[in-house]
Amino acid sequence: MNTLTAKNTDTLMEPRAIRKTKPESAISIKNLNVHAGSHHILNNINLEIPKNKVTVLLGPSGCGKTTLLKSLNKLTDLYKELDVSGSVFIGKDDILNSNHNIPALRQKMGLLSQKPYPLPVSIFKNVAYGLKLKGVKDKKLIAYNVEQKLKEVGLWEEVKDRLHSSADSLSIGQQQRLCLARGLAVKPQIILADEPTSALDPVSSKIIEERFRELKKYYTIVIVTHILRQAQRLADNVVFMHYGKIIEQGTPEAVLKNPQSSQLKEYLVDGF
Amino acid sequence: MQKRKTIEERVFRILTGVACYSLIGILGYIIFIIFNKGFSSLTLDMVTKLPSGGYYYGGEGGVLNAIVGSLYIAGGATLIAIILGVPAALYINSHLIRYKRTQNTVRYILDSLWGVPSIVYGAFGFTLMIWLGMSASLLAGIITVAFLITPIVIRSFDEALSTIPIGLQEAALSLGSTKSQTAFKVLLKQGFSGLVTAILLAFGRAIGDAASVLFTAGYTDLIPTNLDEPAATLPLSIFFQLSSPIPAVRERAYAAAAILTIIILIISISARYFAKHYSKENIK
Amino acid sequence: MLTALVLILLFPLLIGVALLFKSIPLLNADSIVNLLFSDNWAPNSGKFGFWPFIFSSLYVTVLSFIFSAPLCLLAAIYLTEFASARLIRIMHPVIDILAGIPSVIYGMWGILVIVPFVGDYLAPVFGLNSSGYSILAGGIVLAIMCIPYMLNMLIETFKSVPYGLKEAGFSLGATHWETIKHIVIRKSRPGIISAFGLGMAKAFGETLAVMMVVGNIARITGNPFEAGYPLPALIANNYGEMLSIPLYDSALMFAALVLFVVVLLINLVFRYLIIASNPAKV
Repeated sequence: MNTLTAKNTDTLMEPRAIRKTKPESAISIKNLNVHAGSHHILNNINLEIPKNKVTVLLGPSGCGKTTLLKSLNKLTDLYKELDVSGSVFIGKDDILNSNHNIPALRQKMGLLSQKPYPLPVSIFKNVAYGLKLKGVKDKKLIAYNVEQKLKEVGLWEEVKDRLHSSADSLSIGQQQRLCLARGLAVKPQIILADEPTSALDPVSSKIIEERFRELKKYYTIVIVTHILRQAQRLADNVVFMHYGKIIEQGTPEAVLKNPQSSQLKEYLVDGF
Repeated sequence: MQKRKTIEERVFRILTGVACYSLIGILGYIIFIIFNKGFSSLTLDMVTKLPSGGYYYGGEGGVLNAIVGSLYIAGGATLIAIILGVPAALYINSHLIRYKRTQNTVRYILDSLWGVPSIVYGAFGFTLMIWLGMSASLLAGIITVAFLITPIVIRSFDEALSTIPIGLQEAALSLGSTKSQTAFKVLLKQGFSGLVTAILLAFGRAIGDAASVLFTAGYTDLIPTNLDEPAATLPLSIFFQLSSPIPAVRERAYAAAAILTIIILIISISARYFAKHYSKENIK
Repeated sequence: MLTALVLILLFPLLIGVALLFKSIPLLNADSIVNLLFSDNWAPNSGKFGFWPFIFSSLYVTVLSFIFSAPLCLLAAIYLTEFASARLIRIMHPVIDILAGIPSVIYGMWGILVIVPFVGDYLAPVFGLNSSGYSILAGGIVLAIMCIPYMLNMLIETFKSVPYGLKEAGFSLGATHWETIKHIVIRKSRPGIISAFGLGMAKAFGETLAVMMVVGNIARITGNPFEAGYPLPALIANNYGEMLSIPLYDSALMFAALVLFVVVLLINLVFRYLIIASNPAKV
């Protein structure tokens, strides 16, 4: 509670000029801690995620980057062994501590996971599912949206003749793009992606990366990756994590070309 | 909209919770009734004496005949099931390891056999018994129960074996041992805790099953001294004595039920202990 | 090693052939349709109509299914989705132990608890007179016996739904229940159907527990408070006089054959369904 008031007075006292140059945050994380039993997965994370930029979470496996990503839209609820404390503000709402309408808050974020997980229904219904949850009943509107989103991820031409066949019949790369379209259909402001290309072939990976570069005009994107080149290609902002802590963050040039900490230096040597 | 969703969520959370706890309640109630009835009838005489005056009419004595008979039948059947089942399970996981299709078909058939009702095994055992000119006896009971539990031994041992990495077998093979040697040495050592669990599981099923021994083992108030003599079992002693009009005889049934439940409890718990304790020492 | 395996794989064939062989005299005496669907059961005059027994078997099986299936489904959802990790840890051994309890114990419990409950409390509520030894009692006892068995399979099924799929539901804005309803249950459909099918097969073949509480009177009645006489009980009750009445032994072996074929077929079909819906495992 103390930190909250301190923060508020800070912003109030800040001169206008400085506030303008400071990038607007889409997500701000305050004192986030995650425990699994005695294991401290995330250790007091404080992080601002800038709006309409690509933020890349980087780090060795097991450093907590996936857990951090999942905390952002409170998917940690699914894992009973996790004990989460702290705050994650999406705009004004603290998703971790508000107990009303978590689903609506989650709809502000689209999720793309490591492996594509198409819902066990048709291609069409996969994309329409989020709208159905929002209570959209108008069939034409739904059909229009499905088409738009499938076009946005470059899948429309490939599937337009078999929209009602099972989503499982698609290739892995197509499935991942379908999952992206499904996430975009709920009109999120933020896209969370957890190593979205790690299970894909090079061609599909390239398509997904290209989509991200276009999407960042309209969306705030947070990507977890362990591929350094991908981080360099996509990132506006790099966050390096190690054993549940944020070690360094900044522009890719600053962080990747000129590492300060020994952990990151070591990681970069091993990574290349 | 949002409100309706919240209410629906809450309703189903409560509904599933109620279902779950009521199941726990029912199942706890069963154990309670069995032990409550059983322990009041369970005296030292029950486990040390034979029934006197016949299982249906007499009141004195205990169920020692059924305890010993059950142990004989379950023990003998488990022995046969091990002799047949262990090599079969090893074969599935050594020679067939490269033939996934065959492996899966075999597992599929065994699983389906697991589901065949024990009364069918009983009828089959009875047919076989008549055919061989045998009468209801300890041996016929052992053979019938062995038929019933062999698929169980194979499949549960097989489950444990299938988790052993192929690399371990390959290592042994590359050192020049034959497939059968590898199977017996490497798999048996690595799968030992699985084998113990499988045996306990099969023994538990064998000692509790009534329908398969109903026609084949006969029933007697005495302890069998030979394989061709009839034998009593705990489940059948419960079944027969429970239908007696004399309360003192029914007491024997309750005591037998408590004894049988305790045996099953011990088996379940030790199977669990083995599965946990010994799998730690294995190479994963 | 191979010999042992082949021998065991020949079991089902061996059982089938032996029972069929013993059934031939009966099948020669009457047509199979007549045997299965005639309700004239008079062994002493050579009439073997199995319909009353098959009807009873189906009746108790369906009743047990109605009692146990919804409960198991809801409880399995609770245990895999809502319950604390501790409750699940406790429940696993409990379910195992209950699955291992012999049917005769369930039968005894049925006599002590369910039969008086049906006879003294439930029947009077409906204005009926019942000894308690009834189809309803059989259905209830069977339901309780099948619970650990079905619950185990359902928990396994729900557990095998990948977390990624649930995360997808959550992230699209579904509530936990919506995720369960639209995604978990849908994804588990083959597993749920199989668990139900195998549970019913188990109920259909169960002998002692039912036989102890069902009353064992051969007649066709829709009234669940009256006694029934399922197939397995027929076999178990009459093996004693099997050899003293002509064709009776053949008739009982035919009953065993029917049970064997039905249960084996159900097992083969539903287990195939599990395998077919889970390509990752093959």
